[in-house]
Amino acid sequence: MISVRDVYKSYGEVEVLAGCSVEVRKGEVIVVCGPSGSGKSTLIKCINGLEPFERGQIVVDGVEVGKRGTNLPRLRARVGMVFQQFELFPHMKVIDNLTIAQVKVLGRGGEQARKKALALLDRVGLREHADKHPGQLSGGQQQRVAIARSLALDPVCMLFDEPTSALDPEMINEVLDAMAGLARDGMTMVVVTHEMGFARKVASRIVFMDQGRIVEEGRTAEFFAEPKTDRARQFLSKVLHH
Amino acid sequence: MYELDWSSIPGALPFLWQGMKVSLAITAVAVVAGIAWGTVLAVLRLSPARPVSLFAAAYVSLFRSVPLVMVLLWFFLIVPSLLRDVLGLSHATDLRLASAMVAFALFEAAYYSEIMRAGIQSVSKGQRSAALALGMTPLQAMWHVVLPQAFRNMVPLLLTQAIILFQDTSLVYVSALADFFGAAYKVGDRDGRLVEMLLFAGAAYFVLCCTASWAVRLLRRRVLA
Repeated sequence: MISVRDVYKSYGEVEVLAGCSVEVRKGEVIVVCGPSGSGKSTLIKCINGLEPFERGQIVVDGVEVGKRGTNLPRLRARVGMVFQQFELFPHMKVIDNLTIAQVKVLGRGGEQARKKALALLDRVGLREHADKHPGQLSGGQQQRVAIARSLALDPVCMLFDEPTSALDPEMINEVLDAMAGLARDGMTMVVVTHEMGFARKVASRIVFMDQGRIVEEGRTAEFFAEPKTDRARQFLSKVLHH
Repeated sequence: MYELDWSSIPGALPFLWQGMKVSLAITAVAVVAGIAWGTVLAVLRLSPARPVSLFAAAYVSLFRSVPLVMVLLWFFLIVPSLLRDVLGLSHATDLRLASAMVAFALFEAAYYSEIMRAGIQSVSKGQRSAALALGMTPLQAMWHVVLPQAFRNMVPLLLTQAIILFQDTSLVYVSALADFFGAAYKVGDRDGRLVEMLLFAGAAYFVLCCTASWAVRLLRRRVLA
C-alpha cells in the first residue's frame, strides 16, 4: 500500500531524513516512534507529498509521490491525514468541515455529502455538535472531528501526525479509542505517536527513528520485549518508566 | 478681524449633498474593486512563480511610491480618451467620474494588497496543509480556507483604509469634479465665503470619519472578543 524507498531530505545543511525505507501492507498499523527531531513527522508528510524530498522513491497505492506530473491533489484525496493541531477550519461549522472537500474535491452532491458527514460524526460520537463551530468543542472532540473529516473522503490509508500531543491528558483516550476502532475496521494506518500503550495494543509493527534514520523496525511484541538496538532500548526505558 | 458669515450654507446643502454622493460613490467603487484587485495581487505576490510575484511586488511599490494626485492626473488625461476609443463614445460624455474610480481602485489596490498579504500570512500554515491534505488544489485551499480567515482577521484594517480613502477622494478636485470638497469649494468661491465653506466641509469630514473610526473600533472589539 505504501512503499518508502531510500528517502533523503534536508533543510539546508541539516539532514532530516537520511535514507529511510519502510513498507506498509494493506490493513497494517505502523507506529513510528523516536525522540523529537528524529524526522518522524517529516517522513509521514513526505508520504502525501506535503513535504518534498530530494532522493528516493515513495509509492502510495500504485502512485509515485515524488514524480513530476503526479496529480498530488488527487492522491491526497485518497490519503487521510490527521494533524497534531487538529487544523479544523475555524470559519466553518463542523458539518461544513466534513462536506467541503467531498463537494469541492470529489464532486459529490450536497445532500450525499451531508449524509456521509452526519454518519461519520455519529461514528465518532459527535453528531449533535454538527452545527457548532470548531472553537466551541474541546480538543479531544476537535481531533475526533478531524478524523471524521479525513474519513469523509473514503481514504485508502490514514496518516496521523502526533494526534494526541496537543491534547489535555484526560482527552487522549477518546482520540486513541477512535483510532483503535479504525484499526479494527481494517484501515491501513501510519501513526507518529509517543503513546506506547496504544502502540503495544494496536500496532502491527513499530518503526523506531533517530536522527533521520530508521534505526529499528520490528513486530510490536518483539520490539517491546527485546529491542535490538541500544538506542531503542534507551528510548523505551525513558518512555515506559513513568 | 474677519467676520464669519454662515448664511450661504443652508442654500448650498442640496448641491453639497450631490457632491457627497460623488465622494461616496468613488469610495464605494474603489473599496470594492481595490480589495478585489488587491487580494489578487497579494496572492500573486505570495506565489512561488518568480515572474508572477515580481510583477505584483513591482506594481505595489510603484503605486506606493508615487503621489496619489499625480496618478489621478494621469488618469484624467489618459483614461477618458482611451475609454472613448474603446467604447466609441462621443467627446461630450463626461468620463471624469469613471476615470477617478479607476484611478482610485488601481491605486488603493496596492495598499489593500499589503493588508491582505499580512492577512494571508496571519493564517497558520497548518490550515493550508490541512486543506491540501484533503485533496484541494493550492487555489482551492487559498479560496475556501485561507482567504476567508485572512479577510476576517483584516476587516478592521480594511475598513480603516476605507476611511483614509474617503478623505483622499477630495483630491479629485484637480479634475474640477464636484465631489463633496469640490462642491464646497465651488460654492464658497462663488459666494465669497470660502473660509466658512471649507470650515464646514472640514467639520463634515471630521464627524463622518470620526464616527466611522469609532464604529471600526467597536467592531474590532467585538470580533476579537
